[in-house]
Amino acid sequence: MANRVVQFLTRTRGHGRFHLTDWLTYGYLTIGVFLMFGPVMWLALSSFKTEAALLQFPPPLLPYGPAEAEVEGYDRPLPLYRVEKEDGSETIMAQVRRIGLIAQMVDPDDPGTIVKVNVKKRKRVEEFQLATENYSDLWRQFDFPQYLWNSVFITIVATILTLIFNAMAAFALSKYQFRGRTAVFLFIIGALMIPPTIVLVPTYLVVSGMGLLNSPWGVIWPAIATPTGVFMLRQYMLTIPDDLIDAARMDNASEWRIFWRIVMPLSAPALAVLAIFSVMWRWNEFLWPLIVLNRSEEFTLPLALNAFQGELKTQWNYLLAMTVLTLLPVTFVFAFLQRYITSGIASAGVK
Amino acid sequence: MARLQLKKVVKSYPSGDVIRGVDLDIDDREFVVFVGPSGCGKSTLLRMISGLESVSSGEIIIDDQCVNDIPAAQRGLAMVFQSYALYPHMTVYQNLAFGLENIRTPRDTIAKKIAEAAKMLQIDHLLDRKPTALSGGQRQRVAIGRAIVREPKIFLFDEPLSNLDAELRVQMRAEISQLHRQLGNTMIYVTHDQVEAMTMADKIVVLRSGNIEQVGAPLDLYNRPENRFVAGFIGSPKMNFLPGVISSIDSDGVQVKLDGDEEPTILARVDGAGRTDGEKVTVGIRPEHIHVPGDQSTGRTAAPNGGNTVKLAVKHTEQLGSESYLFAELSGGKRVVVHLPGQTSARIGDIIDVQIPAPSCHIFQTDRGEMALPRLDAPIDRPTTPQTDQ
Amino acid sequence: MNDKFASWPHRVLAVVTGALRAITHLMLNIPERPMRWAQRVLGGQRIAWLFLTPNLIIFSLFTFLPILINFYYAVTGGVQLWPSERPFIGTENFQKLFACDNYFDYSTCDQDLFWRAIYNSMKFVSIQVVLMVLFSLITALVLNRKIVGRGFFRSVYFFPVLLSPVVVALVWRWILLRDGVLNAIIESMGGEKVLWLLDPSWSFFWVIFVTVWAQMGFYTLILLAGLQAIPRDVYEAAQMDRASPWRTFRKITLPLLMPNMIVVLALALIRAVQTFDEVFVLTGGGPGSATTFLVQYIYNTGFAQQIQRFGLAAAASLVLAVVLFILTMAQLRASRSKIDG
Repeated sequence: MANRVVQFLTRTRGHGRFHLTDWLTYGYLTIGVFLMFGPVMWLALSSFKTEAALLQFPPPLLPYGPAEAEVEGYDRPLPLYRVEKEDGSETIMAQVRRIGLIAQMVDPDDPGTIVKVNVKKRKRVEEFQLATENYSDLWRQFDFPQYLWNSVFITIVATILTLIFNAMAAFALSKYQFRGRTAVFLFIIGALMIPPTIVLVPTYLVVSGMGLLNSPWGVIWPAIATPTGVFMLRQYMLTIPDDLIDAARMDNASEWRIFWRIVMPLSAPALAVLAIFSVMWRWNEFLWPLIVLNRSEEFTLPLALNAFQGELKTQWNYLLAMTVLTLLPVTFVFAFLQRYITSGIASAGVK
Repeated sequence: MARLQLKKVVKSYPSGDVIRGVDLDIDDREFVVFVGPSGCGKSTLLRMISGLESVSSGEIIIDDQCVNDIPAAQRGLAMVFQSYALYPHMTVYQNLAFGLENIRTPRDTIAKKIAEAAKMLQIDHLLDRKPTALSGGQRQRVAIGRAIVREPKIFLFDEPLSNLDAELRVQMRAEISQLHRQLGNTMIYVTHDQVEAMTMADKIVVLRSGNIEQVGAPLDLYNRPENRFVAGFIGSPKMNFLPGVISSIDSDGVQVKLDGDEEPTILARVDGAGRTDGEKVTVGIRPEHIHVPGDQSTGRTAAPNGGNTVKLAVKHTEQLGSESYLFAELSGGKRVVVHLPGQTSARIGDIIDVQIPAPSCHIFQTDRGEMALPRLDAPIDRPTTPQTDQ
Repeated sequence: MNDKFASWPHRVLAVVTGALRAITHLMLNIPERPMRWAQRVLGGQRIAWLFLTPNLIIFSLFTFLPILINFYYAVTGGVQLWPSERPFIGTENFQKLFACDNYFDYSTCDQDLFWRAIYNSMKFVSIQVVLMVLFSLITALVLNRKIVGRGFFRSVYFFPVLLSPVVVALVWRWILLRDGVLNAIIESMGGEKVLWLLDPSWSFFWVIFVTVWAQMGFYTLILLAGLQAIPRDVYEAAQMDRASPWRTFRKITLPLLMPNMIVVLALALIRAVQTFDEVFVLTGGGPGSATTFLVQYIYNTGFAQQIQRFGLAAAASLVLAVVLFILTMAQLRASRSKIDG
């Protein structure tokens, strides 16, 4: 059995021997896994550390933190230290306060007597601590639910509208012969070549003129008519036989019914790809919301993250937890739909 | 009741006219086949009747009402497509129900109609399947069923059998004919296959580049083609065409000297009125009308009315058992195909004498239209049973 | 009896699917009546305009109208947003942008930040795009080999592409902190702590590194698709011809991959010129303005500062538009040669 496993793992180049290039290949890939996943893993791991543990240098790999204990007569839990006694033996004591090089400590079993210890003679006691409060506090102390809701709302509404509007346009462009069709198509392809970054100022004017500043709709409306989406759906709808649409016409279906009952269901694969893309785009979008949404109660998650890290004293424990929560949905979507995504990109070359 | 009239119907595209002024009357309960080579406009004409294609000029009249501006859905017609056009995301039942739902038919009525149609077409066990799980023949039946449940005034078929294999095609041909007898609706059927046209039609409409070449019953088209195109299109293998010059005209018919020094002269029993000696014409002889008297295996000997005797050099033979083909040349080198029943004793290299009955010969003019000269007597191959419907 | 088994997830699911069905039913039936009416009025094919309307309105409002307004902004001054309140000043904005004693020394320019941004962008683009294409190519070649678990490794490299640029920047900020894990590793190996994001050269390096890290997977995927489209038998023929691996790569792989390479190059260029999000969160354009690029200059000028100089920002975005136009044309030409060849 083990033999078979080794054989399988070393099955390369058809010669049965592990070639130098194979070593290089797997070396590169291993480094790649470390480099690509490592930083995100480190972030996720760190997000479970207490604030105190995050301040330690060098940072511990796992979420260890200074142990603390409730000591009678003290309101707050006190940090525990391993103290080296004169006779060389060690004992665990709680530190009350530190003055210069001298730390005032008590034995938890004997809270009354304060012992003075040289700071060099003590070491922190570490214990495994999963600081889940980094996450739970987000819900209690911060506007995180609000940001989450804003992001979810913008993502879902924009995606649904993107799908419907773009599918309608793609249907018109792929299944009708009307005067001006080529012009409209070129118009939309033209939009493909105009990146939103170069029309920031005037788009801001339009959005503010419509009274959409500081409203999620100011982010949603400009985003939904993606030329990429129209183009992708049109290419797909061209492959739906015209006969089906004629058959539906003979079946007394109105054009809207044909769109809704025949064309939409048959375009499901393309719609799914566009939906995934749209969710990614909207969830991750940064520059445009940054311009349109100025009030913190309208912030999306990326904006909240940005605002949070820009504060004078960054509360990294919460920031890290929030970052993890922001990347989690995308990671899940990717884990389940990666085949759709990768083949969608490989075939369309779009992003 | 459904009568269809086309009056000077034209379809123009920027690139040119596809239908060039078609006039046609189709009676109630008639089975009409539009036939012609690809690109002749037969499908376009059908789609114009259906309403899927607009009419550039002229009128389409169904039951005395001009339907030019009535959309496809409201003309009360049903169409069976070449690709079947079954909705791939719906089950067979949903496919059949879709059209009825669209006109807000009550559910129980839908169920009843579908049950009837499914039983008639023997697809009742397939109702829960998706089209992708069906064979070609089954899809074809569903497509027909979808048309039946709507109880249309006229059925339109757009090359419905061309995606089936040969055996299935023969079977479906018979079933569609039977369906026509059973339902008694007017049916219009488009095909490029003249065999389908001959076997199914009450009336065949032969089309070429947007014009009607001839309209008639299948045997009329076979026996009395009005021009060279129809003569060549109807019948398989194709009629032999031999260019020549009129050498004499009398009450027996017209004599044509075939082009080429060594080629023979052929007598055809056609009316030469209005023709002149020396005029260029084309002689048409169907391969099955050439007789080989000496051939031991065939029962066919001398032609009843006598006629032309011609020498043929056999260049190639094809023996199919029940029939055989000779690919031969006249003495001057003109190619002629002979179609014989049974098996032939002729070998490659043989020079044989064949008889071509004068009444079976056609003559076509060579000017525009290539019209046929009228034949003098009833074609010999026609059964001489007395006509009942006077 | 059945209620006993219908646990709450089932009930929730039933409610959700019911609601979805109701919504799609309404979406089908409510617009149908007016659409049928329009169909009668407009006729068979012109109904297409109705399907196009929502899209065209949004395109016009948020893409084409802004393009026109952008030109207007570029030739007007003042700090007002509303166009009618802005005085016409002709080419003054452009003159201001291009007022330099010496174009090679941005400190002599009136808008020194603009020129700083241009030089930064040029430097960034030229280095980043080369590295991007190089690493994408290497990764694609490695992934194209007969390896165990190709799907997994492909996902690994692609994963960062999906992350929000803000998340990407924060992931690396956390690593590059003064007391971050990178400095800890360096110290454990006997080195000294480096203030990665406070040193101009290092922060420039990290901006390039992080953007390559984040986007490489996308280009890898395109190149991998190109590699897999090369028929196996071409390689087998080369093997029969006893071509060395290097020669095979130079003479077969590279030429056949060229169309994809050009597309990748063009896309990476266009993207690099527009870099903003990652850099804004990672370095904020700093230290000083060491990593301030063109789009950030536009953002800062138009939106981030107390005085919002929309005219100047619009003029700068026209400069950006010209650059992008040239690059897009190059891309179109490249993709056309991809189709032809």
